[in-house]
Amino acid sequence: MVLQAVDLAKTYYMGEVEVHALRGVDLSLYGGEFLVLLGPSGSGKSTLLNILGGLDVPTRGRVYYHGGELTTAREADLTRYRRYHVGFVFQFYNLIPSLTARENVALVTEIVPDPFAPEEVLELVGLGDRLDHFPAQLSGGEQQRVALARAVAKRPELLLCDEPTGALDYETGRLVLAAIDTVNRELGTTTAVITHNIPIAAIADRVITLGDGRIVREERHEARVPVESVRW
Amino acid sequence: MVKAIDRKLLRDLAALKGQVATIALVVACGIASYVTLQSTWASLQRSTTAFYLDYRFGDVFVHLKRAPESVRDRLEEIPGVALVYTRVVEAVMLPLADQAQPPLAEVVTLPPGGVPPLGRLVLHAGRMVEPGRVDEAVLLAGFAERQGLGPGDTLPVVLNQERRDLVIVGLADSPEFIYPLPPGGAAGVDDERFAVLWMDRQAIAPAFQMEGAFNDVVLRLQPGASEAAVLREVDLALDRYGGFSAVGRAKQPSNDILDDEMEQLRTWATVVPLIFLGVSAFLVNVVLARLVQLQRPEIATLKAVGYTDREVGWHFMKMVILVVLLGALIGIGAGAWLGHGLTGIYADIFRLPFFSYGLGTRVPVVSVLLSFAAAAAGAVGTVRRIALLPPAEAMRPPSPGIYRPLLVERLGMPRLISPAWRMVVRELERRPLRTALSVLGIGTGLATLVVGQFSGDAFRYLIEVQFSRVSREDLSVAFTDPVPARAIGELAHLPGVWRAEAVRAVPARIEAGNRYREVPLIGQPENAELRRVVSRATLQPVPLPPDGLLLTRTLAEVLGLRPGDVASVKVLEGNRETHRVPVAGTVDELVGLQAYMRLPALARLLDESPSASAAVLGVERGAEQEVIRRLEDLPRVASVTSRRAMVARLEEQSGESMDVITLVLTVFAATIAVGVVYNNARVALSLRSRDLATLRVLGFTRAEISRILLGELGLQVLLAVPVGILLGTWLTHLVVSTIHPERYRFPVVLSARTYAFAVIVVLISSAASGLLVRRRLDRLDLIGVLKTRE
Repeated sequence: MVLQAVDLAKTYYMGEVEVHALRGVDLSLYGGEFLVLLGPSGSGKSTLLNILGGLDVPTRGRVYYHGGELTTAREADLTRYRRYHVGFVFQFYNLIPSLTARENVALVTEIVPDPFAPEEVLELVGLGDRLDHFPAQLSGGEQQRVALARAVAKRPELLLCDEPTGALDYETGRLVLAAIDTVNRELGTTTAVITHNIPIAAIADRVITLGDGRIVREERHEARVPVESVRW
Repeated sequence: MVKAIDRKLLRDLAALKGQVATIALVVACGIASYVTLQSTWASLQRSTTAFYLDYRFGDVFVHLKRAPESVRDRLEEIPGVALVYTRVVEAVMLPLADQAQPPLAEVVTLPPGGVPPLGRLVLHAGRMVEPGRVDEAVLLAGFAERQGLGPGDTLPVVLNQERRDLVIVGLADSPEFIYPLPPGGAAGVDDERFAVLWMDRQAIAPAFQMEGAFNDVVLRLQPGASEAAVLREVDLALDRYGGFSAVGRAKQPSNDILDDEMEQLRTWATVVPLIFLGVSAFLVNVVLARLVQLQRPEIATLKAVGYTDREVGWHFMKMVILVVLLGALIGIGAGAWLGHGLTGIYADIFRLPFFSYGLGTRVPVVSVLLSFAAAAAGAVGTVRRIALLPPAEAMRPPSPGIYRPLLVERLGMPRLISPAWRMVVRELERRPLRTALSVLGIGTGLATLVVGQFSGDAFRYLIEVQFSRVSREDLSVAFTDPVPARAIGELAHLPGVWRAEAVRAVPARIEAGNRYREVPLIGQPENAELRRVVSRATLQPVPLPPDGLLLTRTLAEVLGLRPGDVASVKVLEGNRETHRVPVAGTVDELVGLQAYMRLPALARLLDESPSASAAVLGVERGAEQEVIRRLEDLPRVASVTSRRAMVARLEEQSGESMDVITLVLTVFAATIAVGVVYNNARVALSLRSRDLATLRVLGFTRAEISRILLGELGLQVLLAVPVGILLGTWLTHLVVSTIHPERYRFPVVLSARTYAFAVIVVLISSAASGLLVRRRLDRLDLIGVLKTRE
């Protein structure tokens, strides 16, 4: 077990409105598995992912990484956790617009020991010929693949993807999912992907469905469906 | 190898180049003003100190009526005195052919050999006088330059009522006459109307009946000697010889003025940069805060991929540092250039023979550090917020701003204000501190102009009061010795003269307890029309009391005297007797410290028949030249001064420096106004892009959305006008408070023209900034903006 979450709850404020994003979630992530988190908008998927990734702290509950508790860790320790062990992919790519593809990846490789070379990991996601293009010069799918390359360049143990295909069309989305799938299979990175798109769940080892801040269903797949076979 | 995060930094700055440029310019103005004024002050200090040292400027100065040379031994015996230099100093007139109004001069004697032990001359051209030559003189270089005179030229001089022609053999300067003041101390340097002539003592002493005698002394003190003690002993020793109070170097007339100028410079060197630093801190705060808001997703990404809070905070602080560095480069360069120029102007005014401008390292380093400190102060809050921003929160769009209904709406009058204007006013209300600081920032630009224009206003006021209400004569005539008052009646009969009034002025030492001041004691006729005592509060003439003293109010305050008190008055000429005279009243005057009495009362005090040491004349238009010519031919006339010529000269002198100061301050103020308005406009545009694009999509025209954006800025500028006027008036009061009250008592006089000018400059600068930003509105990408997450 790589990650374990126990009775997680999270409440935050948007202006004057109180939002209960999680209401008691128990979850475990296992090494090398591909997990999909399903659920409608507002079900708490992103909040759960942020807490697992050390981006946020729960209002209640505990998270353990390889037995060490993250929830009581200091900010510096959480930063180190994110820096060396977690790769993130966001729905809207979150590339730095003033840096090229190569530089966006270098942003991460320059602060970790023993990373992949930016060129190497961009080649891995099929962007070997777009190294020096700025995000404005890349399509949505290409930007998302740069974000993926940036996430895996540090050789993380965990890859957390929040709606990676949410802003993409079907064909492009499939390309990105294929790249994530490749990373999981070839590098053995424990992968969690958030989506509201149910057919995508077929490519996972395990699917957890969230609703209203709680886990409403969990199912395990005997075999994973290849990405190219999935239609949505 | 430049790191990726630093490349981001540089490219972000490039994308914000307009805002970076305006902030850097404000920083540059602050640094430039600091560097200019501090380096000029430091250069001036160094140069005068070196000049005084190299040319043996004295420590104690005293003028007296006449003492035999043997008294010198008595002075040498005073403890603390290292060197005594006796000489003869006399006032003379220079009846130059092409001058309607003859300049005045002081003859200062030189010892045999021509090299005085104290107060040596800096010979610029020609040579020193030859011993025994009664017709040779070395002339003050500034005067020579003004009059187009040089070695070999002839200079007519009236020496003790005898006209002679002197040959100018050399041109020189002296540490005693850096700021050459005519006797009596007219306002301002007048190197066209006042000269110094150095002549051989042996040769010239007989002309003044000063063989074997002296009437002026310069002393050098021993290191560690008590100046106050020496001054007391010197006064005691020379009292019976008609000695005026001895003064130390600080009160030597030329050095006194120089010190005042330096003090003013030092004050400006502190106040002006502070203004700019404050504005730059504010701008950094505003721009950085907005940048951070726009870059929330990037901040979240950096933190998500593992950059620490400190690294992310430092990344944004580096932006601030680079902007300040850019401003520093411009500011130090501009400051050095301006400092060089300003130094040259002062060198010209003070006629320092050698003047080296040096920037040094301390001044630029301090200015840059101060700028960093100010910018860091403006940035620290935002950087701290960045550092503390949890990554997850940074990934969420910022919460929508919390708005409230306006006062007019809460009062049930929503229709009074259109929805578009509601957007404007609510936005200003939502951030009251930001609005207040913006208003203050723009107001500061306006205030800068008000303060800068004050000098001109104050000067014009001074001229107006002094020469239209106090001194209303056309000509004033000084006599070599007091003449009977009835002789003034004869002057009234000169063709062209319609009125003549007597003035009797004696130097006096007024004491009260252990405080004293040496001031002119002035006797005027009861019904004086031409020369009057005027209150600066009412600008009306104040009648002289039948008996007793009328004191300048500041003089009374310094001495602790009130009407009804009795003052000790020692007359410093003639019998040099001390009298106890009641204080009959005080008058709040604009200039100087004086004591007044009616002419008959003064005559009784002096135990003499009414006499006059000067006369003031009313002269018909067109008759002035002829009257001056006749006056010069009269015996016992020491000098003739035309009021009109003096006013013209003063206006000409001040006009030159005023234009430069006005130009520099206008540029500074415009920079501040543009800096604040432009940055606010850019920030407002990025904050409101989504709203404005939405309005465009809904059908609003470009002009209508311009009104919303520029309306917000316009309101800030309008609010800034009264703030700037108040701030400028207050700053002017502050500046006035630094002026030596015993020399001038300026009221804070600010003309409507000054306020109007300041307001117009700020309005134009703000309008220009608004137009620059408005162009961006026209290029708003409606679809692109609506697609952003925020």
